[in-house]
Amino acid sequence: MPDNASALDLVLMGDPALFAIVRLALIVSLSAVLAAAVVGVPLGAAIALSSFRGRDAVIVLLNAMMGLPPVVIGLLVYLALSRAGPLGSWGILFTPQAMVIAQTILVTPIIAALARQTIEDLWVEYRDELTAMEVGPARRIATLVWDARFSLITALLAGFGRAAAEVGAVIIVGGNIDGFTRTMTTAIALETSKGNLPLAIGLGMVLITIVIAVNALAWMVRRTAERQAG
Amino acid sequence: MICFEEVTIAAGSGTLLDALSLSIGAGAPTVLIGPNGAGKTSLLRAAMGLLEPTRGRIAWDGEPRRAIVFQRPVMLRRSAAANIRFAQVGADRTTELLALVGLAHAADRPARRLSAGEQQRLALARALARDPAVLFLDEPTASLDPASTKAIEDVIRRVSGRIKVVLSTHDLGEARRLAGDVVLLHRGKVVEAAAASCFFDSPRTDEARKFIAGELLV
Repeated sequence: MPDNASALDLVLMGDPALFAIVRLALIVSLSAVLAAAVVGVPLGAAIALSSFRGRDAVIVLLNAMMGLPPVVIGLLVYLALSRAGPLGSWGILFTPQAMVIAQTILVTPIIAALARQTIEDLWVEYRDELTAMEVGPARRIATLVWDARFSLITALLAGFGRAAAEVGAVIIVGGNIDGFTRTMTTAIALETSKGNLPLAIGLGMVLITIVIAVNALAWMVRRTAERQAG
Repeated sequence: MICFEEVTIAAGSGTLLDALSLSIGAGAPTVLIGPNGAGKTSLLRAAMGLLEPTRGRIAWDGEPRRAIVFQRPVMLRRSAAANIRFAQVGADRTTELLALVGLAHAADRPARRLSAGEQQRLALARALARDPAVLFLDEPTASLDPASTKAIEDVIRRVSGRIKVVLSTHDLGEARRLAGDVVLLHRGKVVEAAAASCFFDSPRTDEARKFIAGELLV
């Protein structure tokens, strides 16, 4: 990566080092969002449809967890995955897998909390109809998740935004190893501290472009699908 | 078939049904009429198990096989055909039911894009897909145009030979056209229950006479 190249040059010339960083960052963030969706959407739906003692406290806790400090989560995952930690035998500290785990923990409460609210709102509308049709609990959840699918895209986007912008956790558990665990945000932090502003700015441009592109794509998919499904 | 025994349903400081007793037997449609707030919807919801009696009981003759079409049915966010298939019926039965309600042409259209009348007919088909012995209809033609009303009433006539239909309505004309029996409700109680011809030709109570004459019940 030439030190004297401008930010735009790096982007337009398809600098391999820059795009390796972009590629890894996308893989880590999208994997984390996917894993968080698998856990968070059913969790949010289950909370939305159930009534139990302490439900309000669970909802408050879940909402509060949307603001989990990344460095704290990074530290906890680091401790869990370090050699002396309970998951040390996995041997994945300072790997992309560790970064995915940390980001999944950060993103899951966001997706679960937003899914809970979305599905609870839809449940108010569907309750009588599904109860009258004697639809069982598992099918209720599946029906509500499917019918809320367009709204849930927003929850996934919020999760992706959190993951893509996150730096504190991945730098602790990934180690920011060049060519292996360096993502856009960790590279921006490092290159800025080194004074390599063109690369930092180039990465920043790519990061913002990706976030906008993903949101635009999701919006188009949602709009088209909504038109077809009604 | 269904027996309401002294059923009271309290809600907040009010009473939706007040020690209501009523037997609904098999045969031609039973039509519930009465002013707003009389308890028609509450009675249907209680029969569906959506409202629990505070006192009294609702007894069914055997296992209740029941379905309901709400006044404002909720269409699932999928095609018309998929809304019927949601009741776990096969493709052939779905096609048959869509044809029955005159929506064969709209099978693949998103259910939420259908007109109000079409949605009501689709809800009727979806309820019939559950193969109910008793079908409850809560003001099924309220705010529909005459053509949609006729379409719904035609379907009710076609199915009422093999399915017991219990419907609520504000429309006395509709009650005359469809009812085998009429039940007049007021303030959560049955004021009068009779065969339709008797009810309309020689009502026994002042409330029934006033209601038929279009006067307010107080």
